[in-house]
Amino acid sequence: MTTKSVNNPMNRRQFIQTASAAGALLLSQYSFALASKSPLGRVVIIGGGYAGTTAAKYIRMWSLGNIETVVIEKSSQFVSCPLSNLVLGGSKSIDDLTFGYDLVKKNHGVKWVNDEVTSVDTSAKKVTMKRGEITYDRLIIAPGIDFIYETLPNIQSAEVQQQVPHAWKAGWQTVNLRKQLEAMPDGGVFVMNVPKAPYRCPPGPYERVCQVASYLKTNKSNSKIIVLDANPEIVSKKGLFTKVWADMYTGMIDYRPNNVVVEVDIATKTVRTDFETVTANVLNIIPPQRAGKPAQMAGLNNIDKRWCEVDFLTYESKLSPNVHVIGDSVSAALPKSAHMANSQARVCANAIVALMSGQAPDATPVFANTCYSYVNDKQAMHVANVYRYDEAKKIMVSAEGGGVSASPSEQEGQYASAWAANIWSDVLT
Amino acid sequence: MTSAGLPIIGNATEVFVYPDSHIRTLASSCAACHGSNGNSAGITPTLAGLEPGYFSAQMLAFKDGSRPATVMHHHAKGLNADEINQLATYFSQQKRVANTAPTPQKLKVGHDN
Ligand code: HEC
Repeated sequence: MTTKSVNNPMNRRQFIQTASAAGALLLSQYSFALASKSPLGRVVIIGGGYAGTTAAKYIRMWSLGNIETVVIEKSSQFVSCPLSNLVLGGSKSIDDLTFGYDLVKKNHGVKWVNDEVTSVDTSAKKVTMKRGEITYDRLIIAPGIDFIYETLPNIQSAEVQQQVPHAWKAGWQTVNLRKQLEAMPDGGVFVMNVPKAPYRCPPGPYERVCQVASYLKTNKSNSKIIVLDANPEIVSKKGLFTKVWADMYTGMIDYRPNNVVVEVDIATKTVRTDFETVTANVLNIIPPQRAGKPAQMAGLNNIDKRWCEVDFLTYESKLSPNVHVIGDSVSAALPKSAHMANSQARVCANAIVALMSGQAPDATPVFANTCYSYVNDKQAMHVANVYRYDEAKKIMVSAEGGGVSASPSEQEGQYASAWAANIWSDVLT
Repeated sequence: MTSAGLPIIGNATEVFVYPDSHIRTLASSCAACHGSNGNSAGITPTLAGLEPGYFSAQMLAFKDGSRPATVMHHHAKGLNADEINQLATYFSQQKRVANTAPTPQKLKVGHDN
């Protein structure tokens, strides 16, 4: 791509128009609403997770501060899903994985609103929150996942989830599930399900099995784990997990594929599938998933009513111009991982800086993804791939040469922990 | 990174030039393991300021297996020679700086999930 200047009269006029149009419509009660507009306009980002926070930071960096970014996030803290299974195993505490947003805000001039989105009006380019509203030139929706309770309506309430947590968004549910494992008698049964793919973190459920097994093996060695997998086989790192379960946790794990949970009885912690009924001491139900609520509010989840179709050069929605979707909500044959969210966010950020400067986005994006899984407190293993844009198919496809570890190792456990430290630093500072 | 990250151009009379950004975006996807702009927080090697010849030689050695690796062979094999050379130049131009880590905090009561 050639380097072009935005000092071209056509482009200059467009920026000024865009900027003043958004300025005039601004109705927010938030204090930054009065601040002068950045020269290239404003990007509003819904969601302060791995995708949204990365996008906000890199748009600021790569536009040299010429684009204003405002993140809307309902939580006041960032809690990492990666490594949260280690809380169940006992080698990490949730407080090791919890961070604030102060450094990324301060270092990059990212504006921040701690509020919850209630509606998205893409024709008026306006986002409404519980306590205010804001207009945008471009919007990025990065809300992560939402759970689908249609087939399991009785496990939806926060109260029931005290008894049967999903723990699939890291936080108090993770802590709760750990406490339930601590309280479980030796000889008890831990039952968990795996929802039908695609779901957040393909190897995550199987890593969870390892972490729970690791805790039980040392503390309650007569206990058992039953895995009800809605999928026909282990979704990620199959060979590695199968071997780890057989060698490290011999006889502890009863893996049952093609088993969709159809009913849960909360009082007795009994689960029914099409084939069988299983009773648990500790029950972990991970519901099926779809694009996060703000993506649904904007009506962007057009694929199976679950995921959002995007242009992989810009992550702009196929349904709504000037609205981009990144991270878990995207419909793609790509793993819904933190590294993927982080990589997509930067392709999107780069495209937005280009588009708002009147330039064409990178026509051939390439990026890396890696998912590490810990099999006990020290050893980890990976799946890693480079993905590149296929101009004929118009999607990201995995390049030759990707793959998985030969076997889990302590060395990879150390690299996995360095991965976490580096991605946290990249996203949050 | 702080100086580059702050708004240095405050008014529209100055010109923001959008640079050639293909390699910069690819290089940034290495950050999850090697740190922002190649400055690592952990035991993964820092890439910032590496001599380009050394960098390219390592990548080619990961590709053909002559340098053993835990994970880099899976990344290097997905990249072509041109990308490797451009990455070598890009990382050689990044300044070595101390990586900043966010400080862990106590999870607040009331955080949902
Ligand atoms: C999943 C983590 C991960 C990702 C992503 C990753 N690397 Fe690495 N890199 C490593 C590790 C770990 C090593 C040490 C060798 C090994 O065990 O694989 C390494 C080593 C290297 C080295 C050798 C450095 C030296 O001082 O000898 C280079 C060069 C390198 N990586 C470049 C890259 C580039 C360029 C990218 C992005 C395209 C990248 N890496 C992405 C983990 C990663």
